Amino acid sequence: MSEVKKFLYVNRKAPYGTIYALEALEVVLIGAAFDQDVSLAFLDDGVFQLAKGQNTKGVGIKNFSPTFRALGDYEVTKLYVEKESLDERGLTLDDLLAVTYEDEDDDYEEKPSIRLVSRAEMADLMSTQDVILSF
Amino acid sequence: MAAYEVNGTTVEHDEEGYITNLSEWSKELAEIIAKAEEVDMNEEHWEVVNFLRDYYEEYQIAPAVRVLIKAVKKTMGPEKGSNKYMYELFPYGPAKQACKIAGLPKPTGCI
Amino acid sequence: MSTLHTVNKSPFATQTLQSCLNHVKDGDTILMIEDGVYGGTVGTTIAVAVAAITGKVAIRVLEGDMAARGINADRLINGVTPVDYAGFVKLAAETDRTQAWL
Repeated sequence: MSEVKKFLYVNRKAPYGTIYALEALEVVLIGAAFDQDVSLAFLDDGVFQLAKGQNTKGVGIKNFSPTFRALGDYEVTKLYVEKESLDERGLTLDDLLAVTYEDEDDDYEEKPSIRLVSRAEMADLMSTQDVILSF
Repeated sequence: MAAYEVNGTTVEHDEEGYITNLSEWSKELAEIIAKAEEVDMNEEHWEVVNFLRDYYEEYQIAPAVRVLIKAVKKTMGPEKGSNKYMYELFPYGPAKQACKIAGLPKPTGCI
Repeated sequence: MSTLHTVNKSPFATQTLQSCLNHVKDGDTILMIEDGVYGGTVGTTIAVAVAAITGKVAIRVLEGDMAARGINADRLINGVTPVDYAGFVKLAAETDRTQAWL
C-alpha cells in the first residue's frame, strides 16, 4: 500500500456566491476514494458553509449543506473550524450543522466531526500537512 | 435530448440515461428505466432503490458504491451489505444501474 | 519544514492577505502574485502589517506581475524583494508544501 499523506482542504468562501464551496465538497467526496488522511479547514467566510438552516428554494441553487453530514460515511471525520472566524461573524458552534461520524474503533459511537480550533491551532494544522488544497 | 415515455408523457434524460429533472421520477418510470437496463425489478431491487432515494433525500448526494454498501450493511445487515449481493441485483454496478433507476444523478465519487 | 504561501488578490478587495498573515509560521515564505503584488507596496493601509512580519517570514513579489502594474522595485516595502518565474519555481521546490490563498 502506498504511503498515506495528510491532505487538508481549506475552505475560505461562503457557500452560494461562488462555486468554490461546492467544488471543494465534490473534490473531497471524490478524493475520499484514495484512503488518505483527510482534514477540512473552515476559516474566514468558509465557516458560513456549515451554517444551520440553509434553504435555497428561493434562489434556485441546490442546498448542499446536508451533504456535509454524509462525510462520515466517506470516512472524512475531521472538520476544523476556526473560532476567530466564527467570532468575527457573530456565530458560535450552536449556529453550525451537527456533523457527526461513527467511530469504528469505539463501538460505532457517534462523535462530532466539527472541531473548534483557535487561529494559532489552525496555523499549526496547516504547517503539518503534506498537501494543501485551497478553495 | 432523449427522453423516456411514461404514460404518454416524456421524461428527459442525459446521454447515459440519468433523468435530468429529479422531481419527474415515479415508480412507473423506474420500471421503464429498469427495463432499458435489463433489470427485472423485484422486492430486493426496490429495497435498494428506495434506500438510495432515502439517502439522497437526507444527504443530497447519490453515494459512491463503497459508501452505499457500508450504509446498507448497517441498516439491512451484512448479507445485503456486500459487493456480491449488490452486483447480483445490478450486474452493471449498483451505482450505474440502481441510481439511474432511482432517478438520482450519477454518484459523486464514482471514478 | 516550511510553507510557500501564494496570495493573488489585492489586499484592498479581500481579506486574503490579512488571513494569510494571520496563519503564517516563522520561516515561511509569502509570494505575492497577480493582484496580490499591491500588498507589497509602501504607503498602503496594510503596509505596516506586512513590514512587521518581514523579520520572520520572507516576502517576495513576482516581477512580471509588478511590471505589468507599473510597480518599480523602489516602491516595495523594506525587506520585500522581487522574484522572477525561475525563482518562483525554486521556492516551490524548496518548501515542503504550497498553500494558495485565493
